[in-house]
Amino acid sequence: MDALSLSAGTTLDMALIGISVLLGAGVAAAFAARARYGARTIYVACLITTAAMLAASLSFLIVGGATESRHLPIGLPWIGMHFDLDLLAAMFLVIVNLGGVSASLYGIGADAEEREPTRVVPFFATFLGAMNMVVLAADAFTYLISWEFMSLSSWALVMAHHRDADNRRAGYLYLVMASFGTLSLLLAFGLFAGPSGGYAFADMRALHLEPLRAGVVFVLVLIGCGSKAGVVPLHAWLPLAHPAAPSHVSALMSGVMTKVAIYGLVRIVFDLLGPPPIWWSVVLLILGGVSALLGVLYALMEHDLKRLLAYHTIENIGIIVIGLGLALAFEAGGIGWAAALAFVAALFHVLNHSLFKSLLFYGAGAVYATTHERDMEHLGGLIHRMPVTAFAFLVGSVAISALPPLNGFVSEWLTFQAILVSPQLPEWGLKFLIPAVGAMLALSAALAAACFVKAYGATFLGRPRTSAAESAHDAHASVRVALLGLVVLCVAAGILPGYVIDAIAQITTRFVGADMPLQSTQGWLTIVPIDAARSSYNGFFVFLFVAFTAWAAALVIRRVATGAIRRAPPWDCGYVDSSPALQYTASSFAQPIRRVFGTWVFRARETVTMPKPGDTRAAHFAVVVRDVVWETLYVPIERLVTSVSTRADRIQFLTIRQYLGLMFVTLIGLLSLLALTQ
Amino acid sequence: MIRAATLQIGQALLVLVLAPALTGVARKIKSRLQQRQGPSLLQPYRDLWKLVHKEAVVAENASWLFRVAPYLIFGATWTAASLVPTFATGLPFSTAADLLAIVALLGSARFFLALAGLDVGTSFGGIGSSREVMIASLAEPALIIVAFTLALIAGSTQLSVIAAFMTSGDVGLRVSLGLALTALVIVAIAENARIPVDNPATHLELTMVHEAMVLEYSGRHLAVIEAASSLKLLLYVSLIAAVFVPWGHATPESAPAQYAIGIGSYVVKLAAGGALLAVFETTIAKMRVFRVPEFLGASLMLALLGALLMFVTRSL
Repeated sequence: MDALSLSAGTTLDMALIGISVLLGAGVAAAFAARARYGARTIYVACLITTAAMLAASLSFLIVGGATESRHLPIGLPWIGMHFDLDLLAAMFLVIVNLGGVSASLYGIGADAEEREPTRVVPFFATFLGAMNMVVLAADAFTYLISWEFMSLSSWALVMAHHRDADNRRAGYLYLVMASFGTLSLLLAFGLFAGPSGGYAFADMRALHLEPLRAGVVFVLVLIGCGSKAGVVPLHAWLPLAHPAAPSHVSALMSGVMTKVAIYGLVRIVFDLLGPPPIWWSVVLLILGGVSALLGVLYALMEHDLKRLLAYHTIENIGIIVIGLGLALAFEAGGIGWAAALAFVAALFHVLNHSLFKSLLFYGAGAVYATTHERDMEHLGGLIHRMPVTAFAFLVGSVAISALPPLNGFVSEWLTFQAILVSPQLPEWGLKFLIPAVGAMLALSAALAAACFVKAYGATFLGRPRTSAAESAHDAHASVRVALLGLVVLCVAAGILPGYVIDAIAQITTRFVGADMPLQSTQGWLTIVPIDAARSSYNGFFVFLFVAFTAWAAALVIRRVATGAIRRAPPWDCGYVDSSPALQYTASSFAQPIRRVFGTWVFRARETVTMPKPGDTRAAHFAVVVRDVVWETLYVPIERLVTSVSTRADRIQFLTIRQYLGLMFVTLIGLLSLLALTQ
Repeated sequence: MIRAATLQIGQALLVLVLAPALTGVARKIKSRLQQRQGPSLLQPYRDLWKLVHKEAVVAENASWLFRVAPYLIFGATWTAASLVPTFATGLPFSTAADLLAIVALLGSARFFLALAGLDVGTSFGGIGSSREVMIASLAEPALIIVAFTLALIAGSTQLSVIAAFMTSGDVGLRVSLGLALTALVIVAIAENARIPVDNPATHLELTMVHEAMVLEYSGRHLAVIEAASSLKLLLYVSLIAAVFVPWGHATPESAPAQYAIGIGSYVVKLAAGGALLAVFETTIAKMRVFRVPEFLGASLMLALLGALLMFVTRSL
């Protein structure tokens, strides 16, 4: 029990105290949430706790602290709970607690609108605590307990507004998928450690599994973590469940919980399992590419703002998985420096996505809070009435569309750089696969930009389409603080990417066994992922040039020529359209892209019923978009389960003789199995 | 250091000054080919001069984004155009953005242009933005994959290094380069709203894309957007010239005379580019909007084929 001898205030101890405070706050909230200011007090407590944990983990990450371990004698007797804090865990602690800080800020501002705070606040605090615990867990038992805590508390949050039938359906699907995921992880750990093995991560790390067993563990982990992260085809629950929760929880689920799932994947695949064979990377690359492309195409077909954001989570998880797949491929191929580059690209995108996805969900939440609309077809013109939210959402949209000079571009750029190293890999299959995945990544980046032009244009630009949009007002002050704080972080990570890369790059040494060049020594804030002759990017200069030239152009024209301006009715080619209904809607905006991609991906069909001249019936236009993954994968499984369970139903209505016979047959079967294996 | 910075700023000013002339050359030659006199080469400059002096008429319900967007579009496009090698390689800021970043910068400009088209809430603006992003969703990936091919050939995504490598003679004739060139030309035509994808000369036509987006703009805002459009055309001509006709570039060690040759050959390349564009536009008819995806899809596939050849063989 040497681990129990508490040395002076280590970061891990602080984090563990923070987790117990959060879990305690969850319990307290069950009683306090209904009281006046009760919910707000709990949010403030969460804010302070997560801020402290953020500061602690950030300083640990920047200093590059040595791994800390703790063994607590709670949980299973004689086994207890193990917690480890290394650099990877610290990075994910930063992400979790950054999300915690901003979500708590949002919660403080939004709690006035929440009619049933007892259904939200207790689970919110528990959810934050559980996510922190997953990241720190260092044995299978602790990991699974924390994982289940995380799943169930988020499930309760999805069900917070359970009076809506859609939310109940989303909650049910989420529960089924979450149980399935946990089952896969349980099997994975069981198979990994074997009947006699230790379940502490340290023991598992020391094992060297035979290739087949390692492969099965890999697939099970991929199913377990992939279903939580939303990797296609295990994504079906995500676009339903994430938007169903209150908006700050949607942000946590999309921006942070999916990252905790990625953490699990990285921890087990890169850290615990031994050196990877090449086919693991092939699986990850294919799944990543398909997720990235399908996620954004689904999003383009969507006109529910929060659901659109949830589909983009699938896309971004795809981009992260591509990065991880490349890292595995390079590791297996023995090109360590390239593996380090791909790994950093993936982790950088993890950070970026958590920043801009939280930002976008808070924006969508602010819109929902004032208009009670999630359907973009009923919004419009909000830029005039919600200036701060509109500005923040614009920054988030540029960032998620991977456009310079913001942060989303940097991580995609790094991923492209990693792709360009791949011809050095000897395997022929990868030589075909990686360019195809690169093309998918390029397509998804371009489509994401199209999708966010649509989302931003339909929601914030144009003229208001309903009276709710017309009478909107800007978000609560603390929500605005959360939004603007994330704006600053998105810009900072975009124009000063070298510091972020250096912080992440320390992690790679242990996981892929190689380093990336140090960025802070490059000068002029340029990032050079491989070698200066090969590629470099300077977000700061790009930002400076664009800002300066734009400003200079405006100034010069005003000085030299004129700054006169006159307001007039819109020109619109002289066409007078008085109704806002005549503007382009989100669906009409996406129509060309639906025609190009949707006809074969979603079997989208448009039917126009045009009555004959003289006929007074209204003309009718309908679009059918089908979810191919749902129809080809989930519907057959559902049918199979239903038919098997209907048939198995008969077993419940047997006579006592038949039951005895059944037991006898089972006994004989088991005994003969025993005899055969002995 | 000071010399290098001067050269970089000189390149930025050069592209800004030459951009309207390139548009003028293309218009002039096109007119001559159609048996018309055509406007003078200085006409684009006169148009810009006239526009900046007019008061800007802004729709009543336009937001701040509508007024800021033109300058951001101009800033992003000018920055991108200044970073493509024109008369010299190895300029100091060529390390700030590689080919992928330049493509993405153009993407940023397009993002704001498409948003500006939606801001006033008219149907023409919507139709333009919607089609623009559809075209871009195929053209941009094609360009990125062309960048893959070039990067694998030259071993760098840095345009300056690529341009220097292309002059070095280690290149030789490659199938993938041919495929990349074809894809790049198609993308250049589509991105610059030229025939057969879009028609820069029309107004009041349902097939227009770019012009529909900027329909609400007037005065200085329109001038800035027009300038950005000519810069974008110049950027693509410079890009094709820098990679496929790389001769005449000065290097950091060159004598001043070499810079004069570099600038002279660049002007000749631009004029040739404008002439070829005019000839191409005259010989082809505008496409229906929904045939454009096939045209661009072909470009995407050619680019991918070129990249695959490079990934697999590294020599073709």
